[in-house]
Amino acid sequence: MNPFVDALLLQAGYNAALVAIGAGLLGFAGGAVGTFLFLRKRALVSDALAHATLPGIGLAFIVMVLLGGDGRNLLGLLAGSAISAFIGLWLVQWMTRATRLSEDAAIGAVLSVFFGLGIVILTIIQTMSSGRQAGLESFLLGSTAGMLFNDALIIAIGGSLAVLATWLLRRPMTLVAFDPEYAAASGTNVNRIDIAMMGLVMAVTVIGLKLVGLILIIALLIIPPVTARFWTERSGRVFWSAGLFGGVSGYVGAAISASAPALPTGSIIVLVAATLFVFSLLFAPVRGVAAAVINHRRFQWRVHRRQGLLAMARAEPIHEPFTLRVLRAEGLIRKDGVPTDAGRAQAAKIARDERRWDVARQIHLDAGLTGRYDGLTPIEQVFTPDEIAEFDTRIGGPSPVQPQGAA
Amino acid sequence: MGAEFVQFSLTPILIGVFAAIACALPGNFLVLRRQALIGDAISHVVLPGIVVAFLITGTVAAIPMLLGAAGAAIVAVIMIEAIKRLGRIEPGAAMGVTFTTLFAAGVLLLDQSDTSNVHLDVEHALMGNLESLIWFRAEGWHSLFDPAALAALPDELARIFVVCLLVIALTVIFWRPLKISTFDEGFAQALGLPVGAIGFGLVVTAAIAAVAAFDAVGSIIVIAMFICPPAAARLMTNSLERQVFWSVAFAIVSAVLGYVFAGYGPLWFGGQNAVSAAGMIAAVSGIILGLACLYGPHRSRVGAGRQESAA
Repeated sequence: MNPFVDALLLQAGYNAALVAIGAGLLGFAGGAVGTFLFLRKRALVSDALAHATLPGIGLAFIVMVLLGGDGRNLLGLLAGSAISAFIGLWLVQWMTRATRLSEDAAIGAVLSVFFGLGIVILTIIQTMSSGRQAGLESFLLGSTAGMLFNDALIIAIGGSLAVLATWLLRRPMTLVAFDPEYAAASGTNVNRIDIAMMGLVMAVTVIGLKLVGLILIIALLIIPPVTARFWTERSGRVFWSAGLFGGVSGYVGAAISASAPALPTGSIIVLVAATLFVFSLLFAPVRGVAAAVINHRRFQWRVHRRQGLLAMARAEPIHEPFTLRVLRAEGLIRKDGVPTDAGRAQAAKIARDERRWDVARQIHLDAGLTGRYDGLTPIEQVFTPDEIAEFDTRIGGPSPVQPQGAA
Repeated sequence: MGAEFVQFSLTPILIGVFAAIACALPGNFLVLRRQALIGDAISHVVLPGIVVAFLITGTVAAIPMLLGAAGAAIVAVIMIEAIKRLGRIEPGAAMGVTFTTLFAAGVLLLDQSDTSNVHLDVEHALMGNLESLIWFRAEGWHSLFDPAALAALPDELARIFVVCLLVIALTVIFWRPLKISTFDEGFAQALGLPVGAIGFGLVVTAAIAAVAAFDAVGSIIVIAMFICPPAAARLMTNSLERQVFWSVAFAIVSAVLGYVFAGYGPLWFGGQNAVSAAGMIAAVSGIILGLACLYGPHRSRVGAGRQESAA
């Protein structure tokens, strides 16, 4: 069978199946947690966090070797990376608060300095006798070759816990993301929620290090939420669909990378996520580019239709080619530009509604209602039939539109 | 400080200094415009650029690599703008999407192509090879006046020197428009300055500096030098002119001290091998920034108390 289908169905061997499941869970956790990071407009903090893990990995290796243990123990390395990521995060917060540097400068400074420090520590490890085969470089880009059941278990348990915690905290985190001042005023501890959110981001970063590496893990936190945002305007749905997009990216990406040699897992996962992103950017129904173009055309159509009908009602000639096309396409004028019966009826209605609006503005000084006048909203949607009848008694009866109207 | 120093340390230190200055100068404006992370994004997308250049030309020659990297940087800037505008996505997230995707594509291309016989890998891209840029033909300080020995200087030195001069020249020539549009874009527009073109030109200059520096020293130094010296300088003074001089001074100190600590530091502690010079330069610049954050005379925000809740 096709090796890709095999991998997709978890038939490509024990290790590949472990990687695919782990990557799927990791992707789900990344998307779900990243949603709040994105909504809080702090997506790139994860960049600093991820790069800040490197010195921790190196120091944890050195400490474990000095204590006489195996330096490659994954839990130990992850603990070290979490500690240094926390220090990096704290430094970003401190620099933004205590000095006049903006957050992006703090992020850039922390990520480059910690990464540089990490590289220094890695070169120290290379000179240690036990460090030659440490393979810590694999944390830069991730490696799935030697993934063990225990490693997969760490990813699975850690990822599930992160998703669960995110789900439990989704209400306060949404509140803080959209309106931190209201959240503070209504008794939510904004600082604590921010710390919890960053803690979750840190958890996902750390458990993803082994699989996709510290440079690409931030893609799993950023790309799925941005993708999901195109599909819905509701934060709850962004949460679930970001998780779904991330999970699919992780699972499919791992399957693709297992199906042929020289396909690095982390990169493939990111590229699958990027493909979903580009597709959503173009074609998502809510905020996609295609949807925006269609909406714009529809709006243009309605404006031209109304302008044409108003001109018809006032017996003015119409020259604008697009307006003529709209009226012709809707059967409101004949090919030679003479209004049809349907066209005259519509024109009369629009002219009458226009008069009704005039009266409405005289009666209702309430801008909340008359302010909704944009020329396109039918008056029936704004006022009740009683009120419209009231306007009509002031206007008098409808007047017919003369057939010799347009052009 | 004899012949050995000239042979092994002089050129790497000079290359480090020029790279640091070339990055720190545009970095001043990037930090003030809150675009510091553009430097980060650019240095990540340099990798796919050089891999594509390698795949097209089949060699690791410098000029195609530089062109490829510069092309990738410009593609990245355009992609970020497109995602921001078309998708109505906030800049940080647009940047994150762009550079991770391009970096992943670069890693994939690298794994797919046969680069085993050339020195082209991710680690090299990140860490550079500053230590290996030695001046074989030098026999002492007098070699500085020996044309035959000078001809054997590493190519990287000449390239980064030219780029450094170019960046300095651009900064001096466009000083006024840069300064005005950085601090008050509306005023600059009212004066009739092409604000958009100035911003784009700044990013392109940063990309050129990043690419040339990257060639010699790897992407860590590039990001660190874009941000740390200008950020530290920002905390030292309120005047842009003085800030630029501070940032150049910090960049030079970071490059020299970083190289010295990396090369000789381990020996002082009884170690035998040098550590990564690029990493150490970044670390030293971080220490300088840390000191500036703690003791810089202009470190706090004006009206910090009132802005606390908004931040």
